[in-house]
Amino acid sequence: MTRVRDIGAAVWDFVVGDDWVTAAGVVVALAVTAATKAWWIMPLAVVALLGFYLWRVVRDRE
Amino acid sequence: MSGSDIALALAVFLACAVEAVEALTIVLAVGTTRDWPSAFGGVGAAALALAVVCAALGPALTTLPISALRLVVGGLLLVFGLQWLRKAILRAAGYKALRDEAAEFSLESKAAVAAGGLAGHGRFDAYSFTVSFKGVLLEGLEVAFIVVTFGANQHRVPLAAAAAGAAIAVVVAAGFAVRAPLARVPENAMKFVVGVLLTSFGTFWGAEGAGAHWPGGDAALAVLVPAVLLVAMGFVAALRRSVVEVRA
Repeated sequence: MTRVRDIGAAVWDFVVGDDWVTAAGVVVALAVTAATKAWWIMPLAVVALLGFYLWRVVRDRE
Repeated sequence: MSGSDIALALAVFLACAVEAVEALTIVLAVGTTRDWPSAFGGVGAAALALAVVCAALGPALTTLPISALRLVVGGLLLVFGLQWLRKAILRAAGYKALRDEAAEFSLESKAAVAAGGLAGHGRFDAYSFTVSFKGVLLEGLEVAFIVVTFGANQHRVPLAAAAAGAAIAVVVAAGFAVRAPLARVPENAMKFVVGVLLTSFGTFWGAEGAGAHWPGGDAALAVLVPAVLLVAMGFVAALRRSVVEVRA
């Protein structure tokens, strides 16, 4: 059981990395794109997710 | 060779070169302080494991319908690309320390000596094997994933594999030539470029896989890549300003 949990944690760390918010944001953006078929949602999401992550880093530093 | 093929080869070459430089530092440290044959054994075993991962994942991905493949691969590449890009932005802006291969080499060498229990001459050294194996496997796993996903999506796995092989050959040759960690390789700049390319292609394929149509079709990539680069550079400039303000 511990081994399965370790493998799961390793896969999570490999795919999601240190910020699950960004990974979740990508999934939401893809879902909204699938629903609306609007190409501009993904670039907008990239800028927003990158900016939001960096803003949190700066906020935590201060 | 199309623009997408060049971007594929460039992204894989740079990603692989960066990870190979980091793996080389680990292998050099255990090889020079403990036992070269055991360290090489670890490298070989890790390379075999990575080959198995590629062989299993590649055909599995190519069985997916193209829209599902683009959605899955686009999403994964975007998540990976944003990981590479945000770390590169933080390093370029001075928020995160740049990786220092010489310091890493010194750290790994000290740990290898401190581990003790060195086998006699010609005997198998489990420490050298394990550390080399883990180092090469962990550094190589992400590259293997990029090779398979990027390559499968463009149906150019051989091109991606050739770019990865060329990067490994260049790094290993340079490592043997200088017999020291490759401390002067501009790792952050390379990671920045990889982050921009993975983010751009992930955005493009993710949207296409989700059913959106880009204005201009594939030509949109020629706008998307420089746009992502500009946004990333804008974030670096903004963060640098905030660093200066905090210090003032």
